[in-house]
Amino acid sequence: MKKLLLGTCLLASPAFAEGELKVYHWFEYIPEELVQKFEAETGIDVTIDTYDSNEAMLAALKAGKMGQYDVAVPGDYMVKIMGDEGLLDNFAPEDLPNFGNIAPQWLDVPFDPGRHSSIPYQWGSTAFSVNRDVYKDDIGSLGIIFNPPAELQGKINVLDSQGEVLTLGSIYLGIPQCTQDREQLKALNEMLVNAKTHWASFGSDTAKDVLVSGDAAAGMIYNGFSSKARAEGANVEYAFPKEGYVVWMDNVVLLKDAPNRDNALKFMNFLLDPENAAAVTNYAAYSAGVTGVEPFLDDEIRNSPENNPPADQKGFFIEACDEETQKLYDAVWTNLKK
Amino acid sequence: MAGPGPSGASGDATYAGLVRPLLLPTWAVVGILMVLPVCLMAVYSFLTKEFRGGVIWDFTLAAYDQFFITRGLFGDEPARIEWTYIGIFWRSIWQAGLATLLCLFIGFPTAWFIATRPARSRGVWLFLITIPYWVNLLIRTVSLKFLIRETGPLNESLMAIGLIDTPLPLVNTNLAVQLGLFYSYLPFMVLPIYAAVERYNFALSEAAADLYASRLATLREVVLPVVKPGIVAGCILVFVPSLGAFLAPDLLGGAKTFMLGSLIDEQFKGSQGNWPFGAAVAMILMTLVMTVLILYARAQARGARR
Repeated sequence: MKKLLLGTCLLASPAFAEGELKVYHWFEYIPEELVQKFEAETGIDVTIDTYDSNEAMLAALKAGKMGQYDVAVPGDYMVKIMGDEGLLDNFAPEDLPNFGNIAPQWLDVPFDPGRHSSIPYQWGSTAFSVNRDVYKDDIGSLGIIFNPPAELQGKINVLDSQGEVLTLGSIYLGIPQCTQDREQLKALNEMLVNAKTHWASFGSDTAKDVLVSGDAAAGMIYNGFSSKARAEGANVEYAFPKEGYVVWMDNVVLLKDAPNRDNALKFMNFLLDPENAAAVTNYAAYSAGVTGVEPFLDDEIRNSPENNPPADQKGFFIEACDEETQKLYDAVWTNLKK
Repeated sequence: MAGPGPSGASGDATYAGLVRPLLLPTWAVVGILMVLPVCLMAVYSFLTKEFRGGVIWDFTLAAYDQFFITRGLFGDEPARIEWTYIGIFWRSIWQAGLATLLCLFIGFPTAWFIATRPARSRGVWLFLITIPYWVNLLIRTVSLKFLIRETGPLNESLMAIGLIDTPLPLVNTNLAVQLGLFYSYLPFMVLPIYAAVERYNFALSEAAADLYASRLATLREVVLPVVKPGIVAGCILVFVPSLGAFLAPDLLGGAKTFMLGSLIDEQFKGSQGNWPFGAAVAMILMTLVMTVLILYARAQARGARR
């Protein structure tokens, strides 16, 4: 019997003492109480190191930190990049008893179809907001930003971010992302150059402030920023345009060569529990990709218009293009800002 | 004599061996903080871009090719000169030049005023000049935006006294960028000019007046040649950082067009970065600045010999 136990122990943790978990996570993106709850439930000792951008995380892992961490929390496109570079390990749905809690629309995501190495952490959307004191008509189209009505011309802020601007522009024109079609790219280029004559500024960090201060009357914005603007008293409404909008999602991934693979799976399963997923959402004010979280959500988040897109509309992930195609999009962006 | 004194020929010989070791920290600072980074940058500008940031150690001229030559959006047109980046350079140079002039026109009288105060109060004036610079540049730039925005105190007071009916659209204009650069770098103009004016012998002005020089002639023929080194130092200290500035253009100008600083910044952030190209732009900028400075130094040396 003792031999058997010893054997399982060795199998379960070939290199390190059992009861450890090394998490590589964004700065301030998980409530401390939730980590303590996990530690209390499982007896596993959790260590968290933080990063502040997807690229920094990728660079650190590639520079020799692979094998030191069990899980990381990359954004959607970064999951694809890490998968392509062979940095992720696979699991089977049976490994996670709570796998069935993943909301159906987040199961077959383009960056990890069928969810073999990642689970949803939090997601949000990027579209635009309009100051309703300035403009009272319908704001259901991306034309508000790309072909603005007279009241809004010259009062628009757009995100200073190539991915969001070019993707929303493509959605507006109804052309696919990462296209190499000349006519489509030329149309995108022309549409953006014309639209820019109506824009007041480019700014990502300032996207909320310019709406609150009134420097801009409409602006491309992340949904979380827009709800903060509303909370600060600005009469802004976040739009889910009919053409579609950009969605982003952070995901917990199982890293290749994870020193504590079993504990990593326990942690991922823990995060798929609705109550725990809701705890992260209440902390970060985004949305969970897990069904059944509603009863555990704070009222203002459950009822927030920014966190609840209408059911019939569609969000698009920003796709990671291949190198040749990306060059074309870089050129369109440089041309827009030259 | 009881022993070798600290001065005199024998003393110099004693310390001669120490000169090199004592200079080591200086060389280390210059080497590690200046020569090494510049060399790294030069090397990186000739490397191959790795997709999504980083470099591959294959030497190529691709970054410089991208800067100077275009083959159309799809890369299959005949090669011709790429004006995009040259245009960005030109805009930055023009912007920085204007900011330098602005600083000079306000900075020179300011420095003159301080230098002509009684010695006791000069310290106080200089102190007042430096006080705003105890605050972080980012915060000062954002504050400036608050002051000049449509609902800000400047516009509201102008409207209150009836000078204007509708708020002046100042934010997101080149004027705002100029204001930001001017405000950021003014002390770099004032302080060197002050140092030069303070050494100026005012008896020279009196002598010029005695010889019937007009006030303008005195300024041009007597004062300016003497304080010129201070003016030149001030202009360089304002022009060079203005050239690479990106806080003022981004926050006050609305970031609608790339400036040199934001163009370089863009190459090193996010997954769309291009490190070799960023390094190449920085190298070209540095070459340009150094060429101008060397030409100037040569002209100075020739002038001095004559």
